[in-house]
Amino acid sequence: MGKYILRRLIIALPSLLGISLILFVLLALAPGDPFGELATNSNVPPEVREALRVKFGIDDPIFIRYLRWLAAMLQGDWGFSFASRINVDQLILQRVPTTLFVVGSSQILALAVALPVGVYAAMRPYSIFDQIANTFAFIGFSLPTFFTGLLLILIFSINLGWLPFVYRVDIPATGWLWHWEYFKQAIMPISVLGLFQAASYTRYVRSAVLDVIRLDYVTTARSKGLNEGKVVIKHVVRNALIPVVTLVALQMPAVFGGAIVTEQIFRIPGIGSLLISAILANDTPVIMAVTFVFACLVVIFNLLADIIYGWLDPRISYR
Amino acid sequence: MQERELRDLIADVKTGRMSRRSFVQQMIAVGLTAPMAGMMLAQSGVAMAQTAIPYKPTKAGGGGLLKILYWQAVTLLNPHFAVGTKDQDGARVFYEPLAGWDQEGNLVPVLAAEIPSKENNGLTEDGLSVVWKLKKGVKWHDGMPFTADDVVFNWEYARNPETAAVSIASYKDAKVDKIDDFTVRVTFSKPTPFWADAFVGTYGMIIPKHLFADYIGGKSRDAPANLKPVGTGPYVFVDFKPGDIVRGKLNPNYHMPNRPYFDTIEIKGGGDAVSAARAVLQTGEYDYAWNMQVEDEILTKLEGAGKGKVSIVETGNIEFIMLNSTDPAAEVDGERASVKTKHPLFSDPAVRQAINLLIDRASIEKFIYGRTASATANFLNAPAKVRSTNTKFEFNIEKANAILEAAGWKKGGDGIRAKDGKPLRFVYQTSINAPRQKTQAIIKQACQKAGIDVELKSVVASVFFSSDAANPDTYTHFYCDAQMYNTTMTQPDPGFFMNQYLSWRAANKENKWQGRNVSRWQNKEYDEIYKQAEQELDAVKRAAMFIKLNDLVVTDNYIQPLLRRPKVSAVAGNLTVPLSGWDNDLWQIANWYRET
Repeated sequence: MGKYILRRLIIALPSLLGISLILFVLLALAPGDPFGELATNSNVPPEVREALRVKFGIDDPIFIRYLRWLAAMLQGDWGFSFASRINVDQLILQRVPTTLFVVGSSQILALAVALPVGVYAAMRPYSIFDQIANTFAFIGFSLPTFFTGLLLILIFSINLGWLPFVYRVDIPATGWLWHWEYFKQAIMPISVLGLFQAASYTRYVRSAVLDVIRLDYVTTARSKGLNEGKVVIKHVVRNALIPVVTLVALQMPAVFGGAIVTEQIFRIPGIGSLLISAILANDTPVIMAVTFVFACLVVIFNLLADIIYGWLDPRISYR
Repeated sequence: MQERELRDLIADVKTGRMSRRSFVQQMIAVGLTAPMAGMMLAQSGVAMAQTAIPYKPTKAGGGGLLKILYWQAVTLLNPHFAVGTKDQDGARVFYEPLAGWDQEGNLVPVLAAEIPSKENNGLTEDGLSVVWKLKKGVKWHDGMPFTADDVVFNWEYARNPETAAVSIASYKDAKVDKIDDFTVRVTFSKPTPFWADAFVGTYGMIIPKHLFADYIGGKSRDAPANLKPVGTGPYVFVDFKPGDIVRGKLNPNYHMPNRPYFDTIEIKGGGDAVSAARAVLQTGEYDYAWNMQVEDEILTKLEGAGKGKVSIVETGNIEFIMLNSTDPAAEVDGERASVKTKHPLFSDPAVRQAINLLIDRASIEKFIYGRTASATANFLNAPAKVRSTNTKFEFNIEKANAILEAAGWKKGGDGIRAKDGKPLRFVYQTSINAPRQKTQAIIKQACQKAGIDVELKSVVASVFFSSDAANPDTYTHFYCDAQMYNTTMTQPDPGFFMNQYLSWRAANKENKWQGRNVSRWQNKEYDEIYKQAEQELDAVKRAAMFIKLNDLVVTDNYIQPLLRRPKVSAVAGNLTVPLSGWDNDLWQIANWYRET
């Protein structure tokens, strides 16, 4: 097992290196530059813009810039943002808690909805409940989050005036009031993300349970006279959820990606909104770092999914 | 308008026959800035008006939280690094300049005890130096006294190229000496008529020497105070998350009595302009939103909710079309649009004149921009309501047709005019932005009616405005026949603004297309007058020169001004916000208050 993980990690290294090279070259070839805003400002002489370009090393050849970036990265230096002139790792660390809170809560919400609904629907396939659940699941994952986000803002913030649509990390209140305010502003983004995830999870849970519930050992358990609840919880769900667990792990990077748009809509100061503002400002070091973090997340969660799968299902062995 | 007429007008102001305000408006009409008009009056013995900024609260504090929303978040808080207005505004909460510019062109002292003038021996006859007297008793947020050393330090800091400050232009050609603890002298290398640049307004904010002294030059990025500002401003720093939020709280030792009114302040960033307008005007979640680049139709609708109002102040920003004076199709010495070539169509004055007549400025204003822009014929801005000899614009298709006909451009079978086998067909580019594409369409339609075929091109803004020397689609390459964009005038003095038509500033391969003369327009007379204006110390003579420069640019029709773009913000209904088009939005943040 230890050997297996080590081997996987070693294999991951070249792929991360490849990803970083492609990202870097793509960003270097992409049009735009971080000092575009200076261009139309008549108070900043062109020489200053030129000096800044030289100082930040933008005019060097791509290959040299990549090697420089790589060397610094290996020493733990992520570079600094052109826009705010502070270190990128600091910038990202400031954003991580918020993103984790929003993404984490939305995942919990998604599972809290998907598990009971999926299992119940599978126990009574093609019943009215199953059909309603299916319909909602289809609607849920057909509607993109940027649409549902705006829809919720329109209904709850503008028409009803119940919820704020600007997310603030620092709420000027203490105690219960603080929690209440925080809860109020988090409802919309978390439900947008959570329900979108819940829709696809529900479909997945349902089919996984449906696969297991017809197997002979379940019939055996029933014929032993065990009550239905025990059969479902102890025998069916336990086995059916193995693929679901891996699915959740594999979905995690995608959820971070989905949060980019949602963060922008609700002005949540997470990694996603950092990425968007960095792209708009052509702040290459930040774009590079954030996309690279996303790439790492994909690699890590893939590994995690494989490990968890084998741990849950002893039939799988690591070689 | 000649020098004599200007003198007559000033005499009228002096004797009280004409109000200061209407004089300033007249000057704006002929293409000057309000600050320049103010300087003219000051030099002619009409004192700068003591600007009365409305402020009712009788004690500091008690105003609660002031919530400001910027749809582009503040990314840094060092005023010398502040590239965009968002960053300058963020810094302005904590830092202050010696003086700021109000809407009427008056200098308003902030950290200065008084505005330098000949009467108080602040200005000299030769125009080579300015003496600033500093306000006494001002303290930095950490309790240290603010002195002349701090002011001198800012000059040393910003002028050092290693520091990579964007404010370098205001400081590099000056020399700053300390006379005593509360007096500094700024000395210029040559007579400088516009002396109120260093330490004034946007690039004039002063940072404390005791916190930045060790971080001058190459180490500038490492200063801890870059992220934790310690200034003299009305609010003390509390918290800053780059790209998200800036927070401050009332400065109990602020140097102006009874200010500020609010106990805490926050500037939240991110999102988009429309939803920011919504948060102020419709839901009232926020008190102030900056830079409302939103269609006027939407703004009017949102205002209907009664929570707030849209505030519009004049600036020197202008949306204009430039016609290429060189040939973008021909390649000479490895570059296109070389000044050695002439544009095959636009070199005929009749064509340029016809195009000028085919721009329906009134409709563009009315149907596209609404209140958020006003049509103009001047390159240096002009409100349409004040009539001036050279500020006429006309939309007349028949006349355009007649001019082209007379110049020998005959309509062919396809309805397109041609002369000597050259069809009247050109490409017109701009950045991608809905109102700009609509404007393009209006002009294309009118041109069609006059037998001119216009091909429209739009380039993503991040490419169009980039300084990438390798990308031919940037506006400075101008490998196109005509292009349109908005040029900002952050500097109250037109000196720097008007250098974009100097022959030797033409953008080319050699200067990596960084030259500011993008149109490549060449005019000897313009160059000469500009050189004179640079040295001219008499504010009135200088103003007359700038009017002449404006007229030269505009009447040659290579440059076709379209609209003046004012500063548009959304303000909560009960909030009093003194704004100025010649300074930052938050230039008077100390005087913001809420009616209760």
